[in-house]
Amino acid sequence: MKLSRLVTREIFHRKMNFFLTLAGVSLAVTCVLATLAAMRSYDLNSDKIIAKMEADTQAQMKKLEDDIRKTMKGLGFNIYIFPKDQDMSEVYDQGYASKTMPEEYATTLANSKIVTVNHLLPSLTQKLEWPEKKRTVILIGVRGEVPLAHRDPKSPLIDPVKKGELVIGYELHRSLEIKAGDEVTFKGKKFKVGKTHPERGTKDDITIWMNLTECQELLGKIGRINAIQALECNCATLDRLGEIRAELMQILPDTQITETGSTALARAESRNKAKETAKKQIAAAKANRVQMSKEREKFAGILLPIVLLFAMVWIAMLALMNVRERVTEIGVLRAIGVSAGIILSAFLSRAVLAGLLGAIAGVVDFALIYPFVKERFFQGVAMSEVVSGSEWIVALLAAPILAAVSAWLPSLMAAQKDPADVLRHD
Amino acid sequence: MTDSTQIAVKAEGLHKRFVTSEGEVHAVNDVSFEVKAGDFVALHGPSGCGKSTLLLMTGALLSPDEGLLEIAGENPYALKAEGRAAFRGEHVGFVFQQFHLIPYLDVLDNVLIGELAGEKVSLEDRARELLDKFNIGHRLHHVPSKLSIGEQQRVALARALLREPELILADEPTGNLDPENSEIILQHLADFADDGGAVIMVTHDDRARAAAKTSMHLDGGRMQGGDQEKPGEQESA
Ligand SMILES: Nc1ncnc2c1ncn2[C@@H]1O[C@H](COP(=O)(O)OP(=O)(O)OP(=O)(O)O)[C@@H](O)[C@H]1O
Ligand SMILES: [Mg+2]
Repeated sequence: MKLSRLVTREIFHRKMNFFLTLAGVSLAVTCVLATLAAMRSYDLNSDKIIAKMEADTQAQMKKLEDDIRKTMKGLGFNIYIFPKDQDMSEVYDQGYASKTMPEEYATTLANSKIVTVNHLLPSLTQKLEWPEKKRTVILIGVRGEVPLAHRDPKSPLIDPVKKGELVIGYELHRSLEIKAGDEVTFKGKKFKVGKTHPERGTKDDITIWMNLTECQELLGKIGRINAIQALECNCATLDRLGEIRAELMQILPDTQITETGSTALARAESRNKAKETAKKQIAAAKANRVQMSKEREKFAGILLPIVLLFAMVWIAMLALMNVRERVTEIGVLRAIGVSAGIILSAFLSRAVLAGLLGAIAGVVDFALIYPFVKERFFQGVAMSEVVSGSEWIVALLAAPILAAVSAWLPSLMAAQKDPADVLRHD
Repeated sequence: MTDSTQIAVKAEGLHKRFVTSEGEVHAVNDVSFEVKAGDFVALHGPSGCGKSTLLLMTGALLSPDEGLLEIAGENPYALKAEGRAAFRGEHVGFVFQQFHLIPYLDVLDNVLIGELAGEKVSLEDRARELLDKFNIGHRLHHVPSKLSIGEQQRVALARALLREPELILADEPTGNLDPENSEIILQHLADFADDGGAVIMVTHDDRARAAAKTSMHLDGGRMQGGDQEKPGEQESA
C-alpha cells in the first residue's frame, strides 16, 4: 500500500471535489494566459501598425525623392554666382549685381574639375539709357559658353552674340521698329541687329544682348563681369545647393551662390513637408501605443492578482471541504500509527496533482480555443508570439505550486487533527 | 507475540479531567489495572462513565492528566507525538463500533493501510491470510459499502491485526452487529487472546461480556469492585 494509491483512490472516490479544484486551476491558468496574450497581442499589433506606417512613409518618401531626382535631372537646375561682397537684396531689387568680379573666375571654374556644373556663362549686366533712342534698357554682355576643360565639348546652350552684333528684346524692337539685319547705334557705336526675340513677357523684352568684350569696353569695365550663370547643374543629393556650394567655395572662395527658383525646388519642399507630417503621425502612434500599453498593464496588474486570489481561495475551500469529509479517516490513520507528515503529504499531493492536471487542462484549453478567437480578441497574432515556450512551462510549474500553497493550511489542519477527538465518540 | 505471563498493559492511578462549559468532568478517576498477555477483558459500565476515555488513554491516543501507563513495558506518553504514533502502529490495534473503514479502498487495501505507518515491508501475504481466516478472502477487491456489516467488522479486525500488535483495544465492536456476526468477532478476539495477545473490549452487551475471560466495571470514572472481576456479574445500565 503506497501513499500514491491512497491519493489516487481518494481522487476517484471524490471526483467532484477534485474536478472542481482542477477546473478552478485550469480556469485561472486560461485566464492568466489570455490576459497575457491580450496584452502582448495589442502591443505586437500596434508595433506592426507603426512599423507598417514607417515602412509606408519610407517607401513614399523614397518614391518622392526618386521622382524629384528624376525631374531635377531632366531639368537640371541653375545657379548664379555673384561677387562675395554683393548685397543680395540689391540683386533681387534691380535684377543684377552692381559689384563685379574678374572674368577669369569663369575660366578658373571651367578649368577646375567641377562635376556638378554643365554650362558656365559669365555675364555683365547693367541697366542704362540707350541715349540714341531715349529708352531705359537692360544691357547684358555675354560671351559664348566657357568650355569645361575636363568635358567633351557639348552643344552650347545659348548662342553667343557675335562681335559687332546685338540681340534685341521684343518690346524694344517692336516699339522702335527694328528688324534683324538693321543697323543701330548704341552709345555712339554702330551695331548690326543679329536677332530679335519674340515676346517673353519678362524683362528680357527690354533687354539688349551684346558681346561681353564689347560690353565691357562700352561700360568701362574691362575684364570684369558681375555674374556667372551655371546651367544644368546636376547633383546626387537633394540638398543640391549645399553640395554645389561646398564644391564651388573651394574653387572660388570669393563668391556667393543662389539658386534660381524651379518647380523641382517646390517639389523638394513639399516632400519635406510630407515627411514631417508622416513623422509626426508615427510619433503620435508610438506615444499612443506606449499609453495604451501602460493602461493595459495596469488593468492586468489588477486583474491577475484577483484571478490568482480567487483561484487560491477556491482551492483552499475545496481542500478544507475535503479535510472535513475525511476527519474520521484521518483519525483512524493517525490511530493506527500513520505519521502527520504522511497525512500532510496525502493532502498536499492531491492539491499538487489537481494543480498540475488543472494547468495542463488550462494550457490545452487555451491552445485549443486560441485559433478560434485569435482574430476577435487577439488581433490575429500567432499564439507562438503571445506566449513563449518557457511561459508554458512556467504555467505548468507554477500552478501546482500555487495549488499546494493554497491547500497548505487545510492540509496542515488535517495533519494536526487529534485522533482522540475524532474517535472518542465511538 | 509475547508469552502469556507478560504484562501487556499496566495502568497506575490514571486520571483524566475535561473542562467544559458546565464545569469540570472527571472522566477517569484514579484507575489502575493490569492486563496480561492472553487476557481478554470486557470493560463495562454506564454510559458516560469514562470507558472510551480510558480506552483512548490505554491506546496511547490521549495523555492522562495523572498516572502512569505502560504498554509492553514502555511508557508511550514519554514519546513525542510522532514517536507515539509509530508506537501505536507497532503495539496496538484498534477496532471501532463504526468500523471506520476507508470507503474508497478495497478490502485488501483497507487492511494494508497499516503499511503506511510502518517500515516499507509488504504485508500483503499476511493480509490475505487474515482475510482468508476471517472468511472474506473472496472479496478482496470489493469496497466496504459492498460488504455486509459483519464482513466490514471482520475487515476492521484484520486491519487491527495486520502488524501483529500485543494489544487490541475494541470500543463496542459488536455494537452494530447481529448476534451471529457478534459471535464471530468475539470468537476471533478470543482466538487472538488465546494466541497470547491482550484484548480490552468496551461493551454493553452481556453476551460479549460473557465471551471475555475477565471484566472491569467502571462507574463515574472509577474502577468498581477491585481491579478485575469475573464475568457474568450484572451491571446497572
Ligand atoms: N474531549 C472531551 N471534552 C469534554 N468532555 C469529555 C471529552 N471526552 C469525554 N468527555 C466526557 O467525559 C465523560 C466520559 O466520556 P466517555 O466517552 O469516556 O464515556 P463512555 O463511558 O465511553 O460513554 P458511552 O458508553 O456513552 O460511550 C463524559 O461525561 C463525556 O462527556
Ligand atoms: Mg464510549
